[in-house]
Amino acid sequence: MELTYREIVTALHGMLFGGFFLMALFGAFILLLEQSNPDFCGSDAGPRAPSRWQTIYLIAMVVLGWAAVLTGAYFVYPWYRAIAPPGADLALYPQRLLISQPHTAGWHRLGMEWKEHVAWIAPMSATMVAWVMIKHRTAWNASCQVRNAVLGFAAAAFLAAAIAGGWGAMINKQAPVHGGNTVTLMGSGQ
Amino acid sequence: MTEPHAPVNGPIAAAVLSAGLGCSLLGVLAVAADGSKSLASALTFYRPTGPLSGVTTSALVFWLLCWTLAAARWKNKSVAFGKVTAFSFAFLALGLLLTFPPVGDLFLGR
Repeated sequence: MELTYREIVTALHGMLFGGFFLMALFGAFILLLEQSNPDFCGSDAGPRAPSRWQTIYLIAMVVLGWAAVLTGAYFVYPWYRAIAPPGADLALYPQRLLISQPHTAGWHRLGMEWKEHVAWIAPMSATMVAWVMIKHRTAWNASCQVRNAVLGFAAAAFLAAAIAGGWGAMINKQAPVHGGNTVTLMGSGQ
Repeated sequence: MTEPHAPVNGPIAAAVLSAGLGCSLLGVLAVAADGSKSLASALTFYRPTGPLSGVTTSALVFWLLCWTLAAARWKNKSVAFGKVTAFSFAFLALGLLLTFPPVGDLFLGR
């Protein structure tokens, strides 16, 4: 059972950082919805500060988001978009492989070109959401407008992360990122 | 809605508005770099990643700069949060729309 170095980094980018970021965003969105009861706007009913675990959760969510986009842009994407030398095996050049056939070109021209940009909206928005939730809980408690603004950005972050993650998974099925040293995870026993 | 005892909301408004502005610049630069070879070349901060490196780095720097400046300016103020939110969501929607390639292609006349 083996994986190449590039496959491992791609899995870390998409499955660990991206996947957990998406799940964390969904959890944060539910947390925000739960605490956005309009009956409590302007009241002092809510907590004045997030719990320790909420703070850790929100910071971890933001770290996962930035880890996902940074590993994507600076490790996986260069492998994906590398220029293939003449006569090269296109299996090692996913972008070239996709655009070489009209029936697969859309995975790059629509999917990757959308994903590579929209993904960045997620950690930017999530950072703002986490910062408000951690540092300005009193204002959050007091104002429905603040709650709605933060909730809206959290929804946008989830949408952007879902688009990026969904396209990333599908593109990697069509043209996986391969290459680099091979790492044996488990011996075959033969 | 009347909100009695509303605390200072300037720092939150600064964070929300700057997030919207950062997202909108990301979309604008993504389309602009797609339509201009010279801009794409100028935005290639890291060659293996191509113009994406400059598009995203510029948007992030702009976002953080806006956040810092607006937070300093609105530090102890209460601002019209409804207006700030409306503008922020407009900028956010613009950013989301412009990152969708068919919309960018419309602007570029393709």
